[in-house]
Amino acid sequence: MPGTLVPSEFVVYIDPERCRKCKRCVLNCGFGAFEFKDRTIADSSKCVACHRCVVFCPEEAITIARNPLAFRDHPSWDVSLRKSIWRQAATPGMILTGMGNDLPWLNIFDHLLIDACQVTNPSIDPLREPMELRTYLGRKPDRLEVEPDGNHGFRLKNKVSNNIKLEVPIIFSGMSYGSVSLNVHRALAIAAEQLGTVMNTGEGGLHEELYPYADHIIVQCASGRFGVHSEYLNAGVAVEIKIGQGAKPGIGGHLPGEKIGSEVSSTRMIPAGTDALSPAPHHDIYSIEDLRQLIYALKEATGYKPVSVKIAAVHNVAAIASGIARAGADIIYLDGFRGGTGASPAVIRDHVGIPVEIALAVVDEQLRKEGIRNLVSIIAAGGIRSSADVAKAIALGADAVGIGTAALIAMGCRLCQKCYTGNCSWGIATQRPELTGRLDPDWGAERLVNLVNSWSTELQEILGALGVNAIESLRGNRERLRSLGLDSTTTEILDVKPAGR
Amino acid sequence: MAKESTKREPEVKAVTVDAKGVYYRELNSRVRELIDDGYTEIVLDGVNGQRYIGDGLTDKVNIIINGVPGNDLGAFMDGPTLTVNDNAQDGVGNTMNSGKIVVRGHAGDVIGYGMRGGRIFVSGDVGYRVGIHMKSYREQVPIIVAGGKAGDFFGEYMAGGVIVLLGLGEDDRPMVGHYMGTGMHGGAIYTRGEPAHNLLGKEVSVFSLEDDDKKLLGGILSEFCEDALIDGSGIDVSDLVKLRPFSHRPYGSKYVY
Repeated sequence: MPGTLVPSEFVVYIDPERCRKCKRCVLNCGFGAFEFKDRTIADSSKCVACHRCVVFCPEEAITIARNPLAFRDHPSWDVSLRKSIWRQAATPGMILTGMGNDLPWLNIFDHLLIDACQVTNPSIDPLREPMELRTYLGRKPDRLEVEPDGNHGFRLKNKVSNNIKLEVPIIFSGMSYGSVSLNVHRALAIAAEQLGTVMNTGEGGLHEELYPYADHIIVQCASGRFGVHSEYLNAGVAVEIKIGQGAKPGIGGHLPGEKIGSEVSSTRMIPAGTDALSPAPHHDIYSIEDLRQLIYALKEATGYKPVSVKIAAVHNVAAIASGIARAGADIIYLDGFRGGTGASPAVIRDHVGIPVEIALAVVDEQLRKEGIRNLVSIIAAGGIRSSADVAKAIALGADAVGIGTAALIAMGCRLCQKCYTGNCSWGIATQRPELTGRLDPDWGAERLVNLVNSWSTELQEILGALGVNAIESLRGNRERLRSLGLDSTTTEILDVKPAGR
Repeated sequence: MAKESTKREPEVKAVTVDAKGVYYRELNSRVRELIDDGYTEIVLDGVNGQRYIGDGLTDKVNIIINGVPGNDLGAFMDGPTLTVNDNAQDGVGNTMNSGKIVVRGHAGDVIGYGMRGGRIFVSGDVGYRVGIHMKSYREQVPIIVAGGKAGDFFGEYMAGGVIVLLGLGEDDRPMVGHYMGTGMHGGAIYTRGEPAHNLLGKEVSVFSLEDDDKKLLGGILSEFCEDALIDGSGIDVSDLVKLRPFSHRPYGSKYVY
């Protein structure tokens, strides 16, 4: 019987005229797709189209093509479904995958258009006037009271909760050390410091080397409580309770023992080689009251730093968010169903959850309706791909956005979706030392800084076109959005007008 | 001996605080102030439901609690010893890193969740979800001992450490609830008498004690009895059995790559 019924996804072609047999491709492929036997031979079945070989071939001798093998077309039996069945019929188990949802669901961001000024209300030139992108995350008071300071001036009478100051409304989303390499964490921390924003540790603890970046780090406390202790909780500017993740709402995480070497082991504080299992729920949180208890336990342990609660965008998200705000959280992090992951069963990643655009719109509206919008800041994540998405998310009600996948792409990720194998040729989603060394943290940080600065410039340009000079003026300003090609119910839920109205 | 004689007993600086009617936030910040002022033994009288006592504390102080403390006693704690001369509520020792919590009474649900080090000794019963996801790391081996009986999901997802359940008491309720050790992938649970097999999670099996187990248990139980004020003369270590997981990788075969 044949070994597998699944044909190769890609075909690797090495041009024999160009190849100088330098073996760079053999060395660079993390998946072992090349072998050298007097010439380089490619095993196409191992290729994931990560392009590492293509980028590093000095002769441009390598071509990777989609396998042109024809399948009989069938409208309801997409080839990917047939392949899944072949794989699961060979080995029982859930199909594992990485990165975000890759099914062609409607992308709402691509059906929203941003307004601009013409004639009657002048636009602003960001070259000439300052454009404010600074954002504060955290609880805002119900009202501000001022009193004379006795020196001919005034001062604030209220006590304002701790807020996190961001120079840009873009933060780096939680990606754990373990799922990504330490060099990725280093790059994110360096970039966050340079940009005046924050990175999020994810649930794998914080390597002690990164403690000096504390002012630019949010530490996460997830159900596995890996590496969570008093010093860690106090290491960052805020603590995030991770309830769920957009790529895999409602399920836990299993970091395989192969990825837990000595360094990951010491940061997670578990023995090397054992699986790191994050239970699906926090077993000390079965209700909003329990969540409140953990929020305040963390506040007590950290001298009342802001606490963020990260949830996956699910059907009942507005009511849940209201509960979270009332439970005492300072930040709600909404992760849409396009959010990335290091590993998730494909069935969950592709079919569970809702788009962040919808979640954001309904949460913002619900909190406004209840008069508690000021209690929390909202971070939108899970599908933010460009500065346009940032602007649209903010107009829908986000205080800031989180980027994970985009940050990894900036550092070389090709979205091959094989993070869970630990073979990442780009040194990102791997712990193999010969691979992790490929990502220079300073190079990675520089690219992240470039990306966020580019988006910031574009955001300023968008604000100028809108005739406003602060991101605050766009926040929740859905009047400046129009929908195009969305059904009327979705448009109504988003509370935007269709283009032309 | 020579080593001990050079050790000086640290001076005990003791203080008593009347906690009656004091809001938890005030009480806990008072405790922190006292620790900053160098007090090493703090007695809290009249405690009645104040949450988070000992939360996140890292100094090796003794806190004696007279009354029933509220939820999350000693959460994220890393060093102190808390002694409760009464019952305790839910969340005792949540994600604790080191130190000791002694409850001379019963304790509620979710005791020692995600605990990585230190000891929790409860003289009486404990509730549901006790010892979930306990884990050990290097020299840190968390230990929970309950003198009485326990509810469902005892030691669920356990990744390391030691839990001992003695089941003392006159009543004929079963010693433990359902799903003991479900998802367990490290550590050991010791129970006095073999639990009914329908109460066990499918990831664990029962073993009889080896000499190493008996030695370990002898030490733990004498410390427990002394702290929890229990007469240990009726406890025969040979009556205990050990529950261990089959695998450190219970979900290794769950996926197709």
